[in-house]
Amino acid sequence: MTTDLTRLSLADTAKGLKAKDFTSKEVTASYLLAIEKAEALNAFVAVTADQALDMAAQSDVKLQKGEGGALEGVPLGIKDLFATKGVHTQAASHILDGFKPEYESTVTQNLWDDGAVMLGKLNMDEFAMGSSNETSYYGPVINPWRAEGSNADLVPGGSSGGSAAAVAGWLCAGATATDTGGSIRQPAAFTGTVGIKPTYGRASRWGTVAFASSLDQAGPIARTVEDAAIMTTSICGFDPKDSTSVDMAVPDFAAAVERGVKGLTIGVPKEYSMDGMPAEIEKLWQQGLAWLKAEGAIIKDISLPHTKYALPAYYIVAPAEASSNLARFDGVKYGLRVPGKDITDMYELTRAEGFGDEVQRRVMIGTYVLSAGYYDAYYVQAQKVRTLIKRDFENVFSDGVDAILTPATPSAAFGVADQEMKSDPIKMYLNDIFTVTVNMAGLPGIAVPAGKDGQGLPLGLQLIGKPFDEETLFAAARVIEKSHGLDFTPTKWW
Amino acid sequence: MTQLVDTRTPDPKKFIKGATGDWEMVLGLEVHAQVTSESKLFSGSSTEFGQPPNNNVSFVDAAMPGMLPVINEECVRQAVRTGLGLKAQINKRSLFDRKNYFYPDLPQGYQISQFKDPIVGEGKIYLDMGEDGEVEIGVERLHLEQDAGKSIHDQHPNMSFVDLNRSGVALMEIVSKPDLRSADEAKAYINKLRTILRYLGTCDGNMEQGSMRADINVSVRRPGGEFGTRCEIKNVNSVRFAGQAIEYEARRQIDILEDGGTIDQQTRLFDPKLGETRSMRSKEEAHDYRYFPDPDLLPLEFDDAFIEALAKDLPELPDEKRARFITEFGLSSYDASVLVADRESSAYYEAVADGRDGKLAANWVINELFGRLNKEGLNVTDSPISAEQLGGIVELISKGDISGKIAKDVFEIVWTEGGIPAEIVESRGMKQVTDTGAIEKVVDEIIAANPDQVEKAKQNPKLMGWFVGQVMKASQGKANPQAVNEILKAKLGL
Repeated sequence: MTTDLTRLSLADTAKGLKAKDFTSKEVTASYLLAIEKAEALNAFVAVTADQALDMAAQSDVKLQKGEGGALEGVPLGIKDLFATKGVHTQAASHILDGFKPEYESTVTQNLWDDGAVMLGKLNMDEFAMGSSNETSYYGPVINPWRAEGSNADLVPGGSSGGSAAAVAGWLCAGATATDTGGSIRQPAAFTGTVGIKPTYGRASRWGTVAFASSLDQAGPIARTVEDAAIMTTSICGFDPKDSTSVDMAVPDFAAAVERGVKGLTIGVPKEYSMDGMPAEIEKLWQQGLAWLKAEGAIIKDISLPHTKYALPAYYIVAPAEASSNLARFDGVKYGLRVPGKDITDMYELTRAEGFGDEVQRRVMIGTYVLSAGYYDAYYVQAQKVRTLIKRDFENVFSDGVDAILTPATPSAAFGVADQEMKSDPIKMYLNDIFTVTVNMAGLPGIAVPAGKDGQGLPLGLQLIGKPFDEETLFAAARVIEKSHGLDFTPTKWW
Repeated sequence: MTQLVDTRTPDPKKFIKGATGDWEMVLGLEVHAQVTSESKLFSGSSTEFGQPPNNNVSFVDAAMPGMLPVINEECVRQAVRTGLGLKAQINKRSLFDRKNYFYPDLPQGYQISQFKDPIVGEGKIYLDMGEDGEVEIGVERLHLEQDAGKSIHDQHPNMSFVDLNRSGVALMEIVSKPDLRSADEAKAYINKLRTILRYLGTCDGNMEQGSMRADINVSVRRPGGEFGTRCEIKNVNSVRFAGQAIEYEARRQIDILEDGGTIDQQTRLFDPKLGETRSMRSKEEAHDYRYFPDPDLLPLEFDDAFIEALAKDLPELPDEKRARFITEFGLSSYDASVLVADRESSAYYEAVADGRDGKLAANWVINELFGRLNKEGLNVTDSPISAEQLGGIVELISKGDISGKIAKDVFEIVWTEGGIPAEIVESRGMKQVTDTGAIEKVVDEIIAANPDQVEKAKQNPKLMGWFVGQVMKASQGKANPQAVNEILKAKLGL
């Protein structure tokens, strides 16, 4: 083999397989080898090599006959939050020790139905709670990127840090991820990859371990906008098993990628220009606007006045739902059980040992804000804020804005075990400052690499779209992707 | 919370004598009625009673990670039917909330219930309290919720087992206003509610199988005074126990108050063996359920057409049927109440009364048939005598073919041997003799044979009874008693 098959985009991999340039078994074997050599990244919590090769063999039979789905034979990584039948599914938590579900999540089933091959389960922040992938029971994921001239480990972002690192480090052709407050877009921005959170209700939540049900949404992390579009098409679809799933046809998103932005109105919200925002982020944002303008977009200053309340409100709503969603992990039915002298003691010991610090912190915050006497002051108030945030967006969209451009994150990837972040959880929570509004409003949002900081680390821009208008996001993201002229390939050190 | 309103005028007959004067009890009931449905409220599992432990359990019922609830529309229809049967307000938009608490038989760690916005609002139930007449009891609300599983504590010395067959089964919680003032009224309320639910087919009302259970709120006060502090007696599973529990609890509270004490708001349990209630937990130990809207479920919404379609197919309910029996068949209020107490009895009665003497039919159904069924411990549906057969007997009486006395013999024959009453009467020569010539002949013979008695009877007309007896005896009971009376009167010159 002369070319490294792991370096192909997902689109090219699918094309090459269909053209019989190589087999799925070959691609799969290449990825399995790459994973084996990339232990330093700690991106996978379980590698399903035998299963992957079996699936690849089945795909090859179909491909040989000129059959197969859009992702036939393409090897993917799956975030540990998705239930995969008979395979490690623990949300990277100790409390789900040994849990292997008897069911397959709708999102992953959709991918397998389209022919994709599963390489294994990807590391993540425990129960998707975190912005650095350091809360995983399986240890932190290391970003394939390093600052120029430095050997220091950087975080890949979170919670889908394993997904982002695996995609950036050529350990899979694409990965599933989930986004509750920025968990797809922030790690994508930190790793120079493309990540999209579709509109709430686009992808089924059935079989995905719940963090905050009203905010959680599955999506892909991929190397290119086109790859992300192909995966999004496969992942999404109405699911009667999820009451919040929306019964709407899913377009072929890949067909929208080259649509361009001519005549589109791109909104620039003044509230996203935060005090103390690094100049390079500001510069990147202006650069992005210039690229879009150059391709025929109309740039419009807009206001989303309730933006500043989004993060505090998010950190009430998400923990509130989480505190209830995580109640089922009690040592009674599955996963870890630490015996106690009575049932209450068993609950307490199991949950104290099974949940990490960040999960415990959020369960406690959530329990507190839902308590009698505090519910109205916190939860009800946060829901009102949520309605106002949603209305902010509705107003600008009804004023003719087609999409909104913002930075994806306030900075590039930071160091593993960053002391400042560690000592002050709020600092960590600020990573989501540009992304949470999108979840609160249930809108689609995409992060696309757009530039690099002074140390050569990737920086991303975010595009926010109208409900169910992911197509415009892919088109606009593609314009940025074509404009930056940069190579978002980390230098291999592992 | 809703303001408590006193709708009743204090009735001295219901007062409880205390050492320091009269007391009055105030009762409110929360009845949990299992919805009659094939499958559970949010999953497809069967609701069949009496299955081996953990036979009716889906991934949703066991709260496996990533599982989601989907509303069972039939349960919604059943709740609306019940609301219509209670003449209640139907809420076209209602919400499901999570009630959070830890218990091993509650796999999710929360019960999905309706807290702020129930599916059914205010309604009423009318009780027929005999000589006290009709009493209207307000219904505060009806909401849908999940049942919990069952903990089994007697299988192992220091472990408990959990059976999830009931987990997720749909319950309707029907909450009365604090309008009840005696144990008899509370018992009548439970019975009436059960009758209505059974007519509607929305709950089988089997209290011994746990399909209906009541939480009873008891407080006492000086007649017509301020409402007192209440205690809630949990999970009472028979009408008789309800009566006992209320009497005991009211007396307990009166004793405390008369001793100068105060009532602690408590949750109590009734022990049927000891006939007493005892404290389960105090107000301070009460759970904080941290209710909040379930983010996995959309608001439950339907339109007027949905309600109208259900209203159209509603069966005739006991109150309407009772009124109709009184006007259509001329029944007494009491008889009508007895006959409408359950749907099967009323249907049986209507078949017997169809085209016949309704009052006579009611007498025979209530006195002869129900009396006999009770004695044999049978239900009306198991009656060896069909409505058609009993109707035949009633018809023979009406036509004067048999006397009431002979009819009892015919009833006995049909009960034990079966057969068509008219044929039995014909073939066994039981037909009443109405031929006056034949009766006159017998009368003449008896008068001739008993001259002394004739003389005495002329002095004392009461002795005519003796002659009637002789004639009936001679005719083997077949002589029409009315004809015998008339002929005797004439012949004896009375």
